[in-house]
Amino acid sequence: MSRTYSYTLGRKAYRFDGLAQLMAKATPGRSGDRLAGVIALTAEERVAAQMALSDVPLKTFLEDLLIPYEDDEITRMIIDGHDPEAFAPISHLTVGDFRNWLLSDQATPDVLASIRPGITPEMAAAVSKVMRNQDLIMVASKCQIQTAFRNTIGLPGHLSTRLQPNHPTDDATGIAASILDGLLYGSGDAVIGINPARDNVPQAMKLMQLMDEVIQKYQIPTQSCVLTHVTNTLEAIEQGAPVDLVFQSIGGTEAINSSFGFNLNTLAEAEDAALSLNRGTAGNNVMYFETGQGSCLSANAHHGLDQQTCEARAYAVARKFNPLLVNTVVGFIGPEYLFDGKEIIRAGLEDHFCGKLLGVPMGCDVCYTNHAEADQDDMDNLLTLLGVAGCTFIMGIPGSDDIMLNYQTTSFHDALYARRALGLRPAPEFERWLTEMGIFTDANGPHLNDLIPEQFARSLGNVPGVTSND
Amino acid sequence: MTEGNHSPSTDSLWDRLQAFTDARIGLGCTGVSLPTHQLLAFQMAHAQARDAVHWPLNVEALCEQVMAIESPFTIEPPLQLQTQAADRMTYVQRPDLGRVLSSESRQRLHQQTEQPATASDLAIVMVDGLSALAVQTHAPPFLEALLGELEADEHRDWQLAPLTVVQQGRVAIGDDVGELLNARAVLVLIGERPGLSSPDSLGLYLTWGPCRGLTDADRNCVSNVRPAGLRYPEASSRVVHLLSESFRRQLSGVQLKERTDDDVIEHKAGSKNFLVS
Repeated sequence: MSRTYSYTLGRKAYRFDGLAQLMAKATPGRSGDRLAGVIALTAEERVAAQMALSDVPLKTFLEDLLIPYEDDEITRMIIDGHDPEAFAPISHLTVGDFRNWLLSDQATPDVLASIRPGITPEMAAAVSKVMRNQDLIMVASKCQIQTAFRNTIGLPGHLSTRLQPNHPTDDATGIAASILDGLLYGSGDAVIGINPARDNVPQAMKLMQLMDEVIQKYQIPTQSCVLTHVTNTLEAIEQGAPVDLVFQSIGGTEAINSSFGFNLNTLAEAEDAALSLNRGTAGNNVMYFETGQGSCLSANAHHGLDQQTCEARAYAVARKFNPLLVNTVVGFIGPEYLFDGKEIIRAGLEDHFCGKLLGVPMGCDVCYTNHAEADQDDMDNLLTLLGVAGCTFIMGIPGSDDIMLNYQTTSFHDALYARRALGLRPAPEFERWLTEMGIFTDANGPHLNDLIPEQFARSLGNVPGVTSND
Repeated sequence: MTEGNHSPSTDSLWDRLQAFTDARIGLGCTGVSLPTHQLLAFQMAHAQARDAVHWPLNVEALCEQVMAIESPFTIEPPLQLQTQAADRMTYVQRPDLGRVLSSESRQRLHQQTEQPATASDLAIVMVDGLSALAVQTHAPPFLEALLGELEADEHRDWQLAPLTVVQQGRVAIGDDVGELLNARAVLVLIGERPGLSSPDSLGLYLTWGPCRGLTDADRNCVSNVRPAGLRYPEASSRVVHLLSESFRRQLSGVQLKERTDDDVIEHKAGSKNFLVS
């Protein structure tokens, strides 16, 4: 540890006390790194750090560990799980060379897939720091990660959506109304996922049941998830609940995960439990993880690292457990970590790039809170950029307004915009269902039916206060 | 689904469903995009939420309302405290400063309580958080419901620490205050980040054995307290249940899961999943 790094610019020498400091100072500016006191003090110092970082050999990241091996089970997982054979083709490169290599025509989707087990999150974070937004988009678009449960997620040219029918009191009619609205806009192929208003086992089981009944009745090729604590889902499985996906918020250090109340063993146990239910028909990816820059710092569990490096380490946690979906909730944490639209957009592209490079099915909750300096225009920009980058999935919520979590994310309309403007399609099994149900009138594009499709129309007589002839 | 091409039954459907949710359902579309009036309605809601973030707490008025609560507990004027975040812009960008009392406020707590402070069961801390409107509006009626229930508790004669109001505070400020007041547990009433449809949502955070340096895993949260969300009596029952369990097991947080017979939220008559029934 504590090797020093330096860069000489004319007569001025910049010294960086350790790899963690070098990484932090090389990071494009953001409020969370300022809050942590690890940010570059001047614009020149940042670029000097980027220049010094670009000269660091990738091999260094296997020796100069940012969080000591003895102190952190995630460091141990990263180092013990590193695959030297997969690493061999890039083992001679520096960080700067690595950027060149990633952008080169040599780095085809197949080659990128083959080196994944040789890339550590620290290498991914390091190279992202010397990449511009267009580089992050270009390389991510070459990374293909396919997963499956009841449908196939992540095929090239596809953009999936999580239908997020949250309700502040988990009201069954209110949730069903949002689910119906979303399905009629073609949303929900990644997952129908509810953040419960109350985080306990019986409540979670009630919501699991509700979604399972809808999926069964309409034979929707998708999966459900209640975003409750992993230990709650484990209990629900024991009690016989219809669990498709196990959710957990994860971070990149043992300390943050401990503050969330779980460790790697808990996740392994949860994956095993969900697999034992054998509910997938197209595949067996049973985990759904959420992440976001700044979470480690907010729990004082960052070990002096910059927030983007911590975030990349969370993807190493994710990939260990074969997730169906990983979602960076990029603007949720607030302006103390990502101050404005520019910082949120940069972070969203970094997270998507690092996740894809490491091999996780990366989606993005393109979002902001009302105390951040951001608005719908910023979200349009990030959504469009991520669509170009081949983002696996985004959220879908009625009118962008999450009335339970109090933040704004992408709407059902936004997903249709991205699909139409960029020629992207839902998961193939789900798209067939949309066409069969008469929700999309044209199999080749998201053209919506003006009328409520017949099978749903029949159920509407059940809406309190509506008669079927209404 | 096209704007101007709703069938009467479709319009009627979304009208009925809107009685069960504030979610922006049934917005219609032009092509696949939002109609103009819906676009502008959203922009207005966002503008109002932005303004709510910066709306300052009227501490004097809050203290008066709290003292007007009819309760068997003796309610002294709440102690008025500040964090190290001096203003709103600092507060928004520096959560660390919002978790620590200013040195003046720290001294004030020392002066106004016996030293060392007499041990008490519960410190109740009202904090502006990201929506002063929420605390201003909902803290007094919630407190009235809570104090009523605590008084009626047959299992414990609750000893309350002096009430406090903190400006520019985060949830963890309760740890600082609770520790200084020598309370066995702390309950923080704080304004949650304003949503477009709910600029006034109150959050309640319970922590056993408050002291600086605890994390979110050590707390239990009851969220979205407001008449259109979780109503005062239900919120108060939840808190009292959590408190009893917390005192029984001498802990809070992840290890203290919510468990009661009425764990599953009960809804208004007729609420059901119409898609399958």
